[in-house]
Amino acid sequence: MRAADAFAKTKAEGRAALVGYLPAGFPTLADSIKAVDIMIDHGADVIELGIPYSDPVMDGPAIQRAADQALAGGFRTRQVFEVTEAVAGRVPILVMTYWNLVERYGVERFSRDFAAAGGAGLITPDLIPDEAAEWIAASDEHDLDRVFLVAPSSTEERIAATVAACRGFVYAQSVMGVTGARAATSVAAPELVRRTRLRTDLPIGVGLGVRSGDQAAEIAAYADAVIVGSAMVNCYLETDDVPAGHQRLAALTADLAEGVRR
Amino acid sequence: MPNPDATGHWGEFGGRFVPEALIAALDELERAHTEALADPAFTDELDRLGREYGNLPSPLYLAERLSEEAGVEVWLKREDLNHTGAHKIRNVLGQALLTKRMGKTRIIAETGAGQHGVAAATAAAYFGLECTVYMGEEDTRRQFLNVARMRLLGAEVVPVTTGSRTLKDAMNEALREWVASVDHTHYLIGSVGGPHPFPQLVRDYCRGIGDEARAQFLDRTGALPDVVAACVGGGSNAMGIFTAFLDDASVKLYGFEAGGDGYDTGRHAATITAGQIGVLHGARTFVLQDEDGQTIESHSISAGLDYPGVGPEHAHLAATGRAVYEPVDDAEAMAALEKLARTEGIICAIESAHGLAGALRLAKSLEPGARVLVNLSGRGDKDMGNVVEYYGFAGAPEKKEA
Repeated sequence: MRAADAFAKTKAEGRAALVGYLPAGFPTLADSIKAVDIMIDHGADVIELGIPYSDPVMDGPAIQRAADQALAGGFRTRQVFEVTEAVAGRVPILVMTYWNLVERYGVERFSRDFAAAGGAGLITPDLIPDEAAEWIAASDEHDLDRVFLVAPSSTEERIAATVAACRGFVYAQSVMGVTGARAATSVAAPELVRRTRLRTDLPIGVGLGVRSGDQAAEIAAYADAVIVGSAMVNCYLETDDVPAGHQRLAALTADLAEGVRR
Repeated sequence: MPNPDATGHWGEFGGRFVPEALIAALDELERAHTEALADPAFTDELDRLGREYGNLPSPLYLAERLSEEAGVEVWLKREDLNHTGAHKIRNVLGQALLTKRMGKTRIIAETGAGQHGVAAATAAAYFGLECTVYMGEEDTRRQFLNVARMRLLGAEVVPVTTGSRTLKDAMNEALREWVASVDHTHYLIGSVGGPHPFPQLVRDYCRGIGDEARAQFLDRTGALPDVVAACVGGGSNAMGIFTAFLDDASVKLYGFEAGGDGYDTGRHAATITAGQIGVLHGARTFVLQDEDGQTIESHSISAGLDYPGVGPEHAHLAATGRAVYEPVDDAEAMAALEKLARTEGIICAIESAHGLAGALRLAKSLEPGARVLVNLSGRGDKDMGNVVEYYGFAGAPEKKEA
């Protein structure tokens, strides 16, 4: 199942998609599988699985803490395929990863094993198309989505080149800053989505900072997907009790899913 | 000038592995740097600053008593005599002047032991720029004097509490902060690492070390050195002295990495010797990493060399064989530091002692009278705490019996 399948459905329903993010292996390997199921059960249309990394320069404190916890629990890159296999089938599963982990595993080998596990594609926050020749070849070979990022600082030329390299959807980084739930959504995002739309027919997802159904509804008014990460992670960071975290995640996902349907 | 290709690669190394959000700023920086180097108003001003403020050019010094012991001529490029005590003043003056030229009003920097942080705070004070320095929380405790220096110079010091709370995490934090403030802030990076154009830019501001030394050497001896040696952490002082000699085929270039407790123990910072090719802090280079690509913590008595990556141009010089990189462990470096102190009356930085130690080891395999140029990249005042701990010099002097 590819990202396009989810967007065909949400477009037919006349609404934006909800993309839910959690790091694989967080809070534990088994609970990360359970958490993804919870997000899907409560209305997530697309899942983004993070691979925990020691040096996540684009992430704020919440996702860093989650990654540290997963790594301290012994998480290994290859386990992302285990999680993917366990949750694939109902909605598209994309992996969001820092590039060194893929390069270390082997770009071709990673693509092959991820596709075999039922994965849809990769979101690559520190890989720009300019450096992505090997990944572009491997993703063509294994028929995987390629989601690169555009940012408020991107020039017109770079937006055009980036969307041309994307498949599945385009990730619009809504604020100049790292991941993390914010009280107010971005003022730069609508303008970035407008500029990006001039260059592509691909769906455009907006991420960084969303934490409530109201914010999701606000973004859903101009974007094709609302991407939520840190707020999901916070469901588990704010309590030591994993079942309570699952409950919070269910409630938050339902609230966000309601938001994209307004 | 041996520049990278148009997209910032030396062979397979270098490039830009950063969020798209930073690309516009990196492009702006690359343009500004290229234009600045071609503008005599900029280069003249930088030269004047170096002379009048930085105490440049630094002297070339023949260490005669040390040479006698080593059996080769040991020439020292005395970067330890620069303002702020190391080659780093060259980098910060260049980048801070460039910051002004770009119309930005604030710099941020990462620092390990605090040397680059102090240098950056110095340049910020000189130019009237706002300055924030990111420093691992552990390091802020161990290097409280440097924290005090930075604060005295007017900089804000932010203790970094994420990850391993070391230099690499300080760099992560600086990159995160830069994404959020890039419109008015320049990231004044401390070494020849990071995304293009930083490795080239920092090298360009440090290459005066080698340009001066090469001219001084020719002037004093009528010949070029047989060997040029320097310590390598990120590698700014080494690229600074290597660059002028890259086209001199007869000159052998040696970079000495921190061997920590000993290369065999696995507790070291010998990135090129032990590392595998990977991506860290925006560049493809050698990285100390585990089987999955997670960064491994480095170890060295020298905070300035204690980093699990290395500048991509060094990776390229190693891969092509133009320069040779070998580890020097803590004990060997400390022995060289002591030997230099006792034969020449110079207390160098522990970083620089790695370069000297490697050169002295190499001297044993050279022809008698061979000429070895060592970049004495910094002075050792900052390291006296480590020296006291290492040699047990602490405590009251022994009392003589009456």
